[in-house]
Amino acid sequence: MDASAALSPPAGSPLQRFANPGQFLRLSGRVLPFLAVPGLGFTLVGLVWGLFFAPADWQQGDAVRIMYVHVPAAWLASFGYLSLAVCSVLSLVWRHPLADLAAAEIGPVGAAFTALCLATGSLWGKPMWGAWWVWDARLTSVLVLFFLYLGHIALVRAFDDPQRGYRAGAILALIGVVNLPIIKFSVDWWNTLHQPASITLTGAPTMYVGMLWPLLLSALGFSFGFAAIVIARTRAAVMEHRIRGLLMARAQEADAR
Amino acid sequence: MTHLPFIVASYGLTVLVGVAFSLDAWMRMRRARRRLAAIDPRARRP
Repeated sequence: MDASAALSPPAGSPLQRFANPGQFLRLSGRVLPFLAVPGLGFTLVGLVWGLFFAPADWQQGDAVRIMYVHVPAAWLASFGYLSLAVCSVLSLVWRHPLADLAAAEIGPVGAAFTALCLATGSLWGKPMWGAWWVWDARLTSVLVLFFLYLGHIALVRAFDDPQRGYRAGAILALIGVVNLPIIKFSVDWWNTLHQPASITLTGAPTMYVGMLWPLLLSALGFSFGFAAIVIARTRAAVMEHRIRGLLMARAQEADAR
Repeated sequence: MTHLPFIVASYGLTVLVGVAFSLDAWMRMRRARRRLAAIDPRARRP
């Protein structure tokens, strides 16, 4: 039995259906407005609510309003890397052709959200801690995440043969996954200047509900926006891939004549 | 509002990143669709 056939997605599975670029373009074209419009709406409502209507913090004053952009950016930085790792598994195990293109498009968006998280964290840290930056476990692990994104972006573009770049990038992405629990638990494992999590899956939030709602709306909007940007970029990459293939085929035909 | 410059800078950066990536993705998609339609007639079909 051919090894690549054994590894390809099972026939009729959603994985196989989405491996067809035409099918992906049709489906993603339908889904995109349902991600982009709520993304913009939720983000706008969340940020306006957080900026003008949510209460100031009794200790931090209005600087706490930076939370409504910093926390969603931080969540998306980690979530983006997790989706990069999922694409890497799909690419390495099932040789899924769209997973490589999607991973290459997630990288820059994830890096931008991580940079945004670091920058807004720095802008929050200066008035609260008196320092733009401290080598605290949370900040340092997020900086490592940013470098992992940059490494992935560089690796997938470093080879003449794109497949070798995708393979190298996928391996780096999977190795880097170990950093995600370090980021999550850094505030529990070490004494950090960064505060511990206020929202957990297992316990009740330790945040006033008037601050929690705009934060959740903003995070929802950021998530929809992130997905919309990645899908739009992947759609463009699929079409660009098709254009390169057609031009290459035409050039080979012309050479053969 | 206290710490206004820090808040304005944070929100400004966020808007800048969001708008820049959205515009870039939209323009890339439009450019690719046009080029594909120009070289592959099948791509013009809905």
